[in-house]
Amino acid sequence: MALKVPSNLESEIDAMIARYPVKRSASVMLLHAVQDHFGYVSQEAIEWIAAKLELQPINILELVTFYPMFRQERAGRHQLKICRTLSCALGGSHKLRDFLCEKLGLARDAHGPATTEDGKFTIEFVECLASCGTPPVMMCNQETHENVTPEKAERILEGCK
Amino acid sequence: MSNAPGGRVSSLVRFCWSNQGTCGKALLMAQEYRLILKHIDSEGYTPGLDSYVRHGGYETLRKTLLLEPKIISADRTVGAPEQIRNEVKISGLRGRGGAGFSCGLKWSFVDRKSGKPIYLICNADESEPGTFKDRQIIYKDPHQLIEGMVISCFANDVKLAFIYIRGEMPDGAQILNRALEEARSKNFLGKNILGSGYDLEIHVHRGAGAYICGEETGLIESIEGKRPYPRIKPPYFPAVLGLYMCPTIVNNVETLCAVKHIVEMGGAEYARLGTPNNTGTRIVSISGHVQKPGYYEIQVGHATIRELIYDFAGGLREGRTLKAVIPGGSSAKVFKAGERFKLKKRGSDAKESEEEIDMLDLPYDFDSLMAAGSMSGSSAIIVMDDSTDIVEALANISEFYAHESCGQCTPCREGSLWMSKALNRLASGDGRKEDADYLLTIADNIPGGRTICAFGEACSWPVQSFVRKFKDEFEAKGAAAEDRRAAGGATEADRISQVSTVK
Amino acid sequence: MPSASQNETEPSVPPPNTISLKVNGRDVSVSKTFQDPVSKCPIPTTMIQACSVAGIEVPHYCYHPKLSVAGNCRMCLVEFGTPAMGPDRKPILNPDGSFRITKSPRPAIACATPVSPGMEIYTDTPGVKQMRESVLEFLLINHPLDCPICDQAGECKLQEYSVEFGQANSRFVEKKVHKPKQVDLGPRIMLDDERCILCTRCIRFSRDLAGDDALGIVNRGSYNTLSNFPGKPFDNNYTLNTADICPVGALTSKDFRFQMRVWFLKETKSLCTSCGTGCNILIGSREDKVFRYVPRENDDVNSCWMCDEGRLNYKWIGRGDRLDSVVVRRKNKKIETTGWSSVLTEISQHLTSAPKGSVSIIASARQTNEEFLLLAALAKQCEALTDTIPRTGPGDNFLVSPDQNPNTMGARLTGFAKGIPGENLQAIAEGVRIGKIKTLIVFGEDVTEHGIDADAVAKLDALIVSDILPNATTKLADFLLPGCAHAEKRGTFTNVKGRVQKFMKAVEPPGDARPEWEFLHDLLSKLSGKTDCSTIESLFNQLAENVPSMKGLTWASLGDSGVTVSIEPD
Repeated sequence: MALKVPSNLESEIDAMIARYPVKRSASVMLLHAVQDHFGYVSQEAIEWIAAKLELQPINILELVTFYPMFRQERAGRHQLKICRTLSCALGGSHKLRDFLCEKLGLARDAHGPATTEDGKFTIEFVECLASCGTPPVMMCNQETHENVTPEKAERILEGCK
Repeated sequence: MSNAPGGRVSSLVRFCWSNQGTCGKALLMAQEYRLILKHIDSEGYTPGLDSYVRHGGYETLRKTLLLEPKIISADRTVGAPEQIRNEVKISGLRGRGGAGFSCGLKWSFVDRKSGKPIYLICNADESEPGTFKDRQIIYKDPHQLIEGMVISCFANDVKLAFIYIRGEMPDGAQILNRALEEARSKNFLGKNILGSGYDLEIHVHRGAGAYICGEETGLIESIEGKRPYPRIKPPYFPAVLGLYMCPTIVNNVETLCAVKHIVEMGGAEYARLGTPNNTGTRIVSISGHVQKPGYYEIQVGHATIRELIYDFAGGLREGRTLKAVIPGGSSAKVFKAGERFKLKKRGSDAKESEEEIDMLDLPYDFDSLMAAGSMSGSSAIIVMDDSTDIVEALANISEFYAHESCGQCTPCREGSLWMSKALNRLASGDGRKEDADYLLTIADNIPGGRTICAFGEACSWPVQSFVRKFKDEFEAKGAAAEDRRAAGGATEADRISQVSTVK
Repeated sequence: MPSASQNETEPSVPPPNTISLKVNGRDVSVSKTFQDPVSKCPIPTTMIQACSVAGIEVPHYCYHPKLSVAGNCRMCLVEFGTPAMGPDRKPILNPDGSFRITKSPRPAIACATPVSPGMEIYTDTPGVKQMRESVLEFLLINHPLDCPICDQAGECKLQEYSVEFGQANSRFVEKKVHKPKQVDLGPRIMLDDERCILCTRCIRFSRDLAGDDALGIVNRGSYNTLSNFPGKPFDNNYTLNTADICPVGALTSKDFRFQMRVWFLKETKSLCTSCGTGCNILIGSREDKVFRYVPRENDDVNSCWMCDEGRLNYKWIGRGDRLDSVVVRRKNKKIETTGWSSVLTEISQHLTSAPKGSVSIIASARQTNEEFLLLAALAKQCEALTDTIPRTGPGDNFLVSPDQNPNTMGARLTGFAKGIPGENLQAIAEGVRIGKIKTLIVFGEDVTEHGIDADAVAKLDALIVSDILPNATTKLADFLLPGCAHAEKRGTFTNVKGRVQKFMKAVEPPGDARPEWEFLHDLLSKLSGKTDCSTIESLFNQLAENVPSMKGLTWASLGDSGVTVSIEPD
């Protein structure tokens, strides 16, 4: 099944490709654009991007599976990414994760992203978010939240419609 | 420096100059020196172009583009780009990304005769754990970076440049894109910049969550749309065979901002900041168990680790004592509280003398920390107090590197996960007394040129230093597990690992 | 601003094209550059090549002399030093005039590090040995260690280097990483990702040489996994080469896996007969059964590669319906099985009595040069019209020739079929049809598919056929002479570019089957009374005498990789 890419997204993609002297360079930017639009990178999306960039689909699959920010399956509507790395761990990220998992009814020690049954939230422990001075740090979708106390976390959850 | 417990003295070969900016002098007058951070966080300062221009922004670029060629002799004229390159050389600027390599030298390696385009890439993949300085510039003063980039590009005859920003900063990418748009609209970027005839385009390129993209050749591969596998050097030195096999310069965000200030104040003047061979200012990120984590810009070498932790970052939390300090991002070798080094000093009479100092009294610069067996790296200090389980702290670090190894070459691919698995086993109560030595022998087989890139060092240095310096704790953890097993007790394998039990 | 004085130019002395250096204390001289196997451009000579010149093999996995350099396995790490430079940028000399060497604090990968004048490479220091040992340990910690059931066993670089450089005990106590096993990568290749050491040889070969960018590495770090794109099978005509170059048991040939332990295989130098390229091969056989072909390196022909089609084109050799007895069909339709001596006597009598010009010979361009020499002599004796039957295909830009016969050139150079292959076929068919040609000799072709059907054959006095497998023509033969597959005899072929190459016998022919050159020689002896050249060597040497472009060649001088001769028409 071929991917249906709306024309405005495609023209955005064409503009991205035009920035680079070599088409292939646009791979990661296209993956971001496609994932932002469809919510994940499907096999069809990989084939579509490969064709667009005159590459083989394996060239794109190599990237999708390398970069943790890309996912090949649908995730929750809201993505909570809690920093796992040292400074945040020293600053309470495990507690934050436990709190959120409990709150959302998810297993605390699941490996990889975990999504709530209603498909609203996906929680993931991720590596350093480069905001080590304000731990614990959590990204909610595109936004970075600093010094996330349980109260703050609760407010962030409430803000997710 | 192997197995140096606290108090044992290691010899240090760094020379400390007492005639200018001496260590002793610095001790008395440590204070922030805000050059790059000058406006950041000040009242009413916004990331917009108007704010930047109001504060004198793009004036340096304007002057740069007006520079006249200098006639040196009848047959030698130094053009404006070369004049800037010379200033950068004179400034002694060392890369602020992690390796601390001379920026002027890096630029001098660029193959300018190949006939191929020269590319410049701003490395904004800030990803060394503990580091959050570039974030401040990108989010709060993007035009400073752009001005630094345009000047650097002009100096190197670059027509197309990229900012490689880490994927986890989507709003940062937006801010940069907006700033680039503003700059274009005012002709600080684009065709015929400010009427100078110089054309430059800069694009933002987003990563997608990979530490290895901070390695310059991995970054280049990433921009080429390939798996970000660092390239083998030789032959793929970026200055000759970089992006699209063209000469390429990769500079850190802070480095490019420094260029702006070097051109503004003159290389020699910039070199007066800091200490010899460690010139200028650096933004130090301080995190972990301190009262006031944050970013502090200092003259390089004009503050000690002690001053950074206790004066700038407010010291430890109430009732806590210091256990360990990672001085340059998580890949830097850890310092143990109480560790002492012999520091060679050179007086004004050029005579050498030796002084024994606590690691806290090391001047925060490139050479001192390197001589002490560690590094200032990305200038990120991570402080750990006595509440820290050192085994778990290392397990945390090693898990990061195991996750981030690109897997291209054997020692790093296999070794990084091996160490992480062993440390998780040890931390979760299923260790052995021999695990300390086991870890060391694994770690010793990874660095020192055995891997394609410095990630081999990055993943093994923490293990080498933590285990050697805190060996008793590693062995005690293993021994306790052995005792428990011998007594028929259950292991703690299902226990949730948590680095700090406090806070 | 002070001026930077950087325009000092070196005096333009032409650089010597060789570099002198030392490997483990031994002086060697190597050329400054060599040809990049992929780009074909000159690139700097590397340490591994210098070591090879010095007779020292540096262990390696990812490096392959015919592929681009990856530098990822780290097995070829060596220590080295370079001449110390004085302030004048000239080497500092020791009192004895030798270079003072500064040893590099870091090792270098021999596969990618260019050599420089005066360099010293050390491959046998304790440091180098320790590095090899540790790289091997890393490669093995997550390896399944399933050698007993691994097809690569016996030709596995993990096994070989473990014996040479490995440690005796294992200390890995963690859980291994598990990856996909028995991955059906494509119609001919099976992948075991747990055995894969991620050297990327297969990826580079497919992308750079086979022109099929079909393989890649997915996931990250220790979880890196070789893969094709799901739903896109790895299927080009060169996939099996990846099984050859895979240094471990990750990629295996579906055709060969679990068939035979490699150490039981006898290896015979031979040639592929599936097209005019003449790829050099090794036939792997055991007890007169052929188990596989693998390419044999010959830089003038096929480098290290061969196509899948050619490689798998061997099963017919051992087919159960091989022609294995000499058969004579009497006019009363009675079929007799007879012996070589009597049948050749009978044929020689028939040919002696046949009027000049009433004989035609159609021989396959799969016959050898020696056989063509004899067939040409036979044709001359009978004043026979001769031809071969062309067999063409699309060919490709890599190895496959559009000429799908292995020895069209041999037929031409020996004078058996000087013109365009097939140009006389119509005339021969017509001759048979109108009764002008009464005796037809066919070697290795089914003429019923080329205009000479059963009705036409019925008009012949004699149809003399030699072949290997039964077909419509062999069924009609009055004299049926069972011949040999190339694997069952010796001989030479001349490829489309004029490369004269020999092949050796791997297995015994079935039953009474005999090499065609042998019985052709016997037949000619009976016809002419002469009995010279009764060996393949002497036959070839005589051929070389007869064919102008082969003048001076001898069987021995062909060596294992052959000699290229002029194919310009004389």
